[in-house]
Amino acid sequence: MTDVTNKAAAETVLEVRDLHTCFDIEGESAWAVSGVSFDVHADEFLGIVGESGSGKSVTALSIMRLIPDPPGKIARGEIHFGGRDLLSLDYREMHKVRGREIAMIFQEPMTSLNPVFTIGMQVAETLRHHEEISAAEARARAVEVLTQVGIPDAAKRLDDYPHQFSGGMRQRVMIAMALICRPRILIADEPTTALDVTIQAQILDLMKELLASRRGSSVILITHDLAVVAETCQRVIVMYGGKTQEIADIEDLFDDPRHPYTRGLLDSIPTEQNKGKPLHAIPGNVPGILSFPAGCKYCTRCPEVIERCKIDGPPLVEVAPGHHVRCHLVEDQGAEGSP
Amino acid sequence: MSADTRPLISVRDLKVHFPVYGGILRHQVGAVKAVDGVSFDLAPGKVLGLVGESGSGKTTVGRAIANLLRATSPDVHLEGTISLDTPSGVVDVNGLSRKAMMPHRSAVQMIFQDPYSSLNPRMTVQGLIQRPLDLHTDLTDAEKLDRVRALLGRVGLQPEYANRYPHEFSGGQRQRIGIARALATQPSLIIADEPVSALDVSVQAQVINLMLELKEEFSLAYLFVAHDLSVVYHISDRIAVMYLGNIVELGDADQVYRNARHPYSRALLSAVPVADPRHDTSGRIQLEGDIPTPMAKPSGCGFRTRCPIAREECSLDIPILTDCGEGHLVACPFHDEAFGVGATPAREGNQRDS
Repeated sequence: MTDVTNKAAAETVLEVRDLHTCFDIEGESAWAVSGVSFDVHADEFLGIVGESGSGKSVTALSIMRLIPDPPGKIARGEIHFGGRDLLSLDYREMHKVRGREIAMIFQEPMTSLNPVFTIGMQVAETLRHHEEISAAEARARAVEVLTQVGIPDAAKRLDDYPHQFSGGMRQRVMIAMALICRPRILIADEPTTALDVTIQAQILDLMKELLASRRGSSVILITHDLAVVAETCQRVIVMYGGKTQEIADIEDLFDDPRHPYTRGLLDSIPTEQNKGKPLHAIPGNVPGILSFPAGCKYCTRCPEVIERCKIDGPPLVEVAPGHHVRCHLVEDQGAEGSP
Repeated sequence: MSADTRPLISVRDLKVHFPVYGGILRHQVGAVKAVDGVSFDLAPGKVLGLVGESGSGKTTVGRAIANLLRATSPDVHLEGTISLDTPSGVVDVNGLSRKAMMPHRSAVQMIFQDPYSSLNPRMTVQGLIQRPLDLHTDLTDAEKLDRVRALLGRVGLQPEYANRYPHEFSGGQRQRIGIARALATQPSLIIADEPVSALDVSVQAQVINLMLELKEEFSLAYLFVAHDLSVVYHISDRIAVMYLGNIVELGDADQVYRNARHPYSRALLSAVPVADPRHDTSGRIQLEGDIPTPMAKPSGCGFRTRCPIAREECSLDIPILTDCGEGHLVACPFHDEAFGVGATPAREGNQRDS
């Protein structure tokens, strides 16, 4: 079993092991996630970075058991949380976990709220669903949590509809909905991608503050933006082609990126020093989900590819404490192999 | 911009107001002042970056220059001049009719944000890129075919792709097709509206590199409209920052990016996340709330409702762009004042050299 622990031994709240999720596309199995393993620690801001098609969102939806089946299917793996394997829970048991113990917010604050119900109803709904609580109490809790996420005059705005809120305010409402039952894990899938930078800064700060104020809770932030990760996360998982390619503490990842894909991503960011000069672009395009190569998923675009990469996929290897890389080039330097 | 070059395009006091109708009689109840008095020059072969949040009017400025607004909003209200330097003299293209604009269309082309919706799915790549040639040139069919293949090659696509349809391509490849189409008529100005923001990170850099190469090769000028400040800084010679329909700061890319003076530009720059985990964000200027609606703009300075150094005078007059040294224009009479916390917008991050 992969030993994906932090340098400082931290309490693990969620363990994903060998997760495989596939989608049926015109009779063919498209493996959106193929063999993902990682831990989420308590009090941790964990980032999952990847481009479209990397499997980052499917990983999150698999944890929430929200993969539409059919065409999707969690084929293999285990997700340990609170002494149970989430993948073995039946519908009703999973219902109790979702929203109460693990909550999720989505990219589109415009479409994730129901336009015909008031904000107050939608925020309190999760609570009334999971707890025996009176309507008045639920309303009071809704006001409390909306105030916490920075909605001014929350008590007055409870009876407003989503269209009366701006994009940034709607994302705050989404966060309030996710937090009202005090979940242990909050999964945020591109929570700021649709927002302007000044609003993005507000929302990221809010999430950091909330994490700091709730002991024992963790955030999984899914994004394509390495700069957002650098600002918020303590640990990062880099995904490509449905596999984890590199897992490291935030400083290690930026100081010593070991996977050629991670290096490629970091080098393609414009910096002040290379203004106007050609950027180090990664050649080619992200392959379609059915056309990822055998062997290493990145081998068709990797500048350092060797013959072996095209034949067999490299294992995830720990190259330094807490720093794991899936690449044949670093394999020999690694201490020990893992599945 | 050196003083001796005649600007390719010179925008003066451009106003774009969209009427808003309401009531049972559908009479005009107000106007969205999307662009409210914008002036700037763009020299041939140079890049002007236009940045701002959604609702700032940056896209509308680009569309006004390309004369595309009447196509979607026939009753838009336009004021001011957009002087375009053409071989036959300087023409004011602001609000020209479809017919009068036609001869100038080949000089001003556009690249759109969404490579999925900006290419007609029923047309082959050949048809898409050839369309501007049909409209603006007298080339024979054989010449058009050759031109399309040459353009495809130039933007990094195989000429054999000419007979395929857009859905067969990835986002980055589609954006290359859009660029080839914009290049077809040999324009002097390309308006690029968020050309890379819909692309994957690894593909963004390819498209930026391509745009920089093409600029040199064909002496193109770009009006580069985007919200990603690090990309805008990378590609631009000059940068204009827009807020609520006005330019609040305009200067050389280094002046604006490294030494922003307007409180809004400073807040915007400090909000940009930096790809460096040790970057100190304590100097960040946190703006309260959202950009007001352009239907009900605050009196005086549009930014005063969120400005950390706002004072009473700010509600009186709309501040004008004033030179604060070496052609660096700022529309804030109090830009010298310190902000207290986070007085200097630190931009020491992004130090990764590669």
